[in-house]
Amino acid sequence: MALITYRDALNQALREEMRRDPRVFLMGEEVGVYQGAYKVSRGLMQEFGERRVIDTPITEEGFTGVGVGAAMVGLRPIIEIMTWNFSMEAIDQIVSGAAKMRYMSGGQVKIPMVIRGPGGAAHQLGAQHSQALESWYAHVPGLKVAAASTPYDAKGLLKSAIRDDDPVIFIEGETLYGSKGEVPEEEYLIPLGVADVKRQGKDATVLAWSKMVGVALKAAETLAGDNVSCDVIDLRTLRPLDADAIISSVRRTNRCVVVEEGWPYSGIGAELADLIQREAFDDLDAPVERVTGADVPMPYAKNLEHLAMPSPDRVVEAVRRVMYLD
Amino acid sequence: MPNEQVTEHLTALSKDQLLGMLDKMLLGRRFEERAAEMYAMQKIGGFCHLDIGQEAVAVGAIAALQPDDYIFCSYREHVHALVKGTEPRRVMAELFGRETGISKGKGGSMHLFDVAHGLMGGHAIVGGHIPLATGVGFAMKYEQRPQVVLCFFGEAAVNIGAFHESLNMAALWKLPVVYICENNRYGMGTAIERASAIYDVAQRACAYDVASETVDGMDVTAVHDAVSRAVALARRETLPSLIEARCYRFMGHSMSDPVHGHYRTKQEVEEQKQRDPIRHLFEQMSSQGMIDQQGFEAMDQRVRQQVEEAIAFADGSAPPAPEALYEDVYADPYGPYTRSERSSE
Repeated sequence: MALITYRDALNQALREEMRRDPRVFLMGEEVGVYQGAYKVSRGLMQEFGERRVIDTPITEEGFTGVGVGAAMVGLRPIIEIMTWNFSMEAIDQIVSGAAKMRYMSGGQVKIPMVIRGPGGAAHQLGAQHSQALESWYAHVPGLKVAAASTPYDAKGLLKSAIRDDDPVIFIEGETLYGSKGEVPEEEYLIPLGVADVKRQGKDATVLAWSKMVGVALKAAETLAGDNVSCDVIDLRTLRPLDADAIISSVRRTNRCVVVEEGWPYSGIGAELADLIQREAFDDLDAPVERVTGADVPMPYAKNLEHLAMPSPDRVVEAVRRVMYLD
Repeated sequence: MPNEQVTEHLTALSKDQLLGMLDKMLLGRRFEERAAEMYAMQKIGGFCHLDIGQEAVAVGAIAALQPDDYIFCSYREHVHALVKGTEPRRVMAELFGRETGISKGKGGSMHLFDVAHGLMGGHAIVGGHIPLATGVGFAMKYEQRPQVVLCFFGEAAVNIGAFHESLNMAALWKLPVVYICENNRYGMGTAIERASAIYDVAQRACAYDVASETVDGMDVTAVHDAVSRAVALARRETLPSLIEARCYRFMGHSMSDPVHGHYRTKQEVEEQKQRDPIRHLFEQMSSQGMIDQQGFEAMDQRVRQQVEEAIAFADGSAPPAPEALYEDVYADPYGPYTRSERSSE
């Protein structure tokens, strides 16, 4: 196995799928000549040419809609949104377009399309560039939502997303691009809708995805020092959701903490808490706790930004609360 | 009125072509007149936007296409569907919300899809479908396919960003898309002069160096002529065009909207009705000896019969089965749903 970055794992997925299927193309701002704003598409224009790696004007609604239209007649577009923060420009094409075409047409058209790019906060980028919007997209029937935490998952999930016949919202971790992990030489796929147990324990279940998996694992490490052992589950996709993995873990641990980078109000954590109370009510020994981003636009100042983000310390506190340790 | 030019458009078409256009316009008219009655009887629900008065645009433009070319429409698209080849009964059944409807009763009046006939949907976010049509143009170029795309929208859509983003990309990438603005002068109840800094929609094409033409949208042969040129440009040189077809709707914006009222006078509507595109073509054809009143009435009878058959079919069709609720959301009908969601059916 090779040790490669999350960025290069995504690059491999794009390259392999473009080699495999000539209907797959990559379109977005700076994806070609500039080699990608985050260098995910490095070298792809050199290999596949300007026909299949298309630089666009800054026109998110326009080129996202072009992707939906191209998918309607059988192409398999990968639309790169430079960051998910800019996807609000394109949201009508995603929500009114990509998500609804199959249904409104009574199944006559499908939208085999991936819309991908980095989401979440990075470092002091301010309110308009520091948003985790996965709950918005996971809310919409017709869309699938994936958010990988490791290079291995990033590659396997992106390859599955590209082969999927439904529109997939693929949210990458902006601060994960440089992180390294082992990725096998041989081809593999990770199905959408299957969670991954990152760490096994018996005292509490911690649910996370994308960048928050790292936060949850750090917290679990700290807790292990106090003889508290946690199941840490990486959901990997938020729609479809691996409800079986979540429920079977909570039935064992009887306690659950959800770690979410986004805002608390109507967040994914609210959906998870609802799922757990419906399906595992009698197994719960404490209310489900949520550790989320602060319910504010992201501040610029370093200290405030730190306060606004979920941290391992806050996860440790939440786990201790559901265990009534303090 | 440049009569000589009208005659020139007319003589460029065969008698059969002209009879076909007259037949299609009449079918559209009678279909929608009866749809309005069905709406009043609550056989049809939701929003229902009639094309009555504007039929020449859809009929003239689509007559310039090959059968496998694509069209995208706004939510005022019953006539476009009928002209592109969708059976009237499948359209009526869709308006009735029946499982035999062209979109299985899940689309409704505003979302008619018939992919086999190149009808890529009625779309109900003003201007939101313009990038989709541009995307099909992109796909044609990507796969070196010869088809062209017609994209219909109203004049109010040209103030939407998606229109400008699309024209820019279509010009930049040389895409075979003909953008057809059905300028009926009113975006719902707002006159173009009260919504647009520029009234001359075709002028908008200058900003993107796109070929453009303004045409009398009440004259089906003139529309056909202009769109044929644009289609040829798209097919031969994969270049986009913008056609502004100046037309007028004789009905309200939707069925829940009066024909005239705060935003336009009864007198204006009555004057515009003198430009009825069906009568206009009939008079031109009869002056050339191609049809007489008796022939027109026979055609009208045939068309009315088709519409009655469509209504009977729709009325006799079942509504979608409850199981259809969760079908066609995803490729795998139940895959993404959790157990609880499924059990809520």
